[in-house]
Amino acid sequence: MSLAGQAAPGDALEPIKGRSLWDDARRRLFANRAAVASMIALGTIALMALLADVLSPHAYYDIDYDRIAIPPTFDEQHWFGTDANGRDLFVRVLYGARVSLAVGIVATVVSLIIGVLWGAVAGFVGGRVDAIMMRIVDVLYSLPFIFFVIILMVVFDRNFILMFVAIGAVEWLTMARIVRGQTLSIRQKEFIEAARAAGVGTFTMIRRHVIPNLLGPVVVYVTLTIPAVILAESFLSFLGLGIQEPLTSWGVLISEGANEMETKPWMLFFPALFMAVTLFSLNFIGDGLRDALDPKDR
Amino acid sequence: MIGYVLRRLAGAIPTLFIIVAVAFFMMRAAPGGPFDGERKLPPEIERNIKAAYDLDKPLVTQFGLYLGRLLTGDFGPSFKNKDFSVGELIAAGAPVSLRLGLSAITIAALIGMALGIIAALNQNRATDFSVMSAAMIGITIPTFVTAPLLTLLLGVYAGWLPVATWNNGALANMILPVTVLALPQIAVISRLTRGSMIEVLRSNFVRTARAKGLSEFTVVTRHALPAALLPLVSYLGPATAALVTGSLVVEQIFQLPGIGRYFVLGALNRDYTLVMGVIILYASLIIALNLIADVLYAVLDPKVRLA
Repeated sequence: MSLAGQAAPGDALEPIKGRSLWDDARRRLFANRAAVASMIALGTIALMALLADVLSPHAYYDIDYDRIAIPPTFDEQHWFGTDANGRDLFVRVLYGARVSLAVGIVATVVSLIIGVLWGAVAGFVGGRVDAIMMRIVDVLYSLPFIFFVIILMVVFDRNFILMFVAIGAVEWLTMARIVRGQTLSIRQKEFIEAARAAGVGTFTMIRRHVIPNLLGPVVVYVTLTIPAVILAESFLSFLGLGIQEPLTSWGVLISEGANEMETKPWMLFFPALFMAVTLFSLNFIGDGLRDALDPKDR
Repeated sequence: MIGYVLRRLAGAIPTLFIIVAVAFFMMRAAPGGPFDGERKLPPEIERNIKAAYDLDKPLVTQFGLYLGRLLTGDFGPSFKNKDFSVGELIAAGAPVSLRLGLSAITIAALIGMALGIIAALNQNRATDFSVMSAAMIGITIPTFVTAPLLTLLLGVYAGWLPVATWNNGALANMILPVTVLALPQIAVISRLTRGSMIEVLRSNFVRTARAKGLSEFTVVTRHALPAALLPLVSYLGPATAALVTGSLVVEQIFQLPGIGRYFVLGALNRDYTLVMGVIILYASLIIALNLIADVLYAVLDPKVRLA
């Protein structure tokens, strides 16, 4: 007779399943109601952006000469009204979503990868390497963003991908500084000393021990970078260096709407609403991720 | 510590030199020049103008001449703002931008840190969500919307505040632009503070401080806050530099005589000397503020050693 919990001979032993950091994190993230609601909201906006052509009978460049700058109406399915050129605002907001979300994600990922690696290596290795790496950051910081973009546009011709690269190439600088500051503090911690005593190499140490402990501030700063990037794109477009008419982005729609806010408030309201919902969602997802990934919070 | 600061200051000179060199040659690599206009100038006049500004000489010679003048403190004449030297333009605009920027960053730091701490102490409760949502408004709405919106509400409809102009920095004239500049910063600062505060509040030394029976206020302000400020310090250096050198949007909407517009307009007009002047100013600020930030790391976190 076998005791409860003791496997009888011949039974396949139930393998003990370890809970990895990532399993735990996922479980905690999905337990966070604000984060889950935000993921649903963000998913809905992304889905609407992808299905823009199905959701509305209008094309983003179609001009309706009889209905220029009309307020929202069910007549002719102009749910968000039309802009100053008689183009359907609903479709334009969704097409703007494609551009703004793409810029936001690509440029942020670029800045995240460069910034975290740069900052972690500079802070962890320290000494002369740190001094040189951070002086390079100082130099890049001091060059005006706008000049950087003009040069890139001239050398490589104006194109869409370049805009992402240009914005990402500027946004990584603050990330690098934040990461380095944290790393300076982390590398004095006992677990780093323990890892070093165990003979862990520098690169492995940065990858396995430093970067996971940086995730908190990094995730928070990422949620701040995405809005900054979306707005930087609108600034470039405003100067004629970004997106080209008739294609549009949220930033462009919002700045057009801002000029007409007194007389035609819907032209500002709808793009601003979509952007605000997106940014709020990203924010709560960021907070949820931060809490979920915190190794001390089990 | 003093040795570290002196070494960093000595290191600032080559950094500044590299910035000046890169900016100088990068700007010249951009097509177009300061005297390209709608109307084509007669070739002899164009030649004379270029000769007067040394633009006809080889690029390296021009760079040498520019450096020579810089060492005597002369930033050269502005190419587009006739009859003004770059030094005069900056001297006229910098105090305005400095006052606006310093007021905005100070207010933003105080409000942002307070909001961040309140949110962290009430993590994932209603207070946290409402405080953070309020702070987020500053970053979800761009300045080119908040500026006209606030002007419309408080200036035009309510009539409480002057709509625009500098008026020698009268308090009433400063409120709107400072608010517009501070709002996005409040959002960033409060979020950074909340994130790192949550982490620090769980650490062992905070538990020790609580176990000693210290009051919650002392635990938060004396023990947790300094450690939580590290990411914020990294952010505040460059943010301060950016704010005190002005903002094109805010200066245009409120008609303020600051220097923020020179960065963009100078670059677009190829006003070489003016752009160089503002870059040197901005770069010096960045270097100085980043040095202060690095020293502050060591002050806030006794484990950080400056080498």
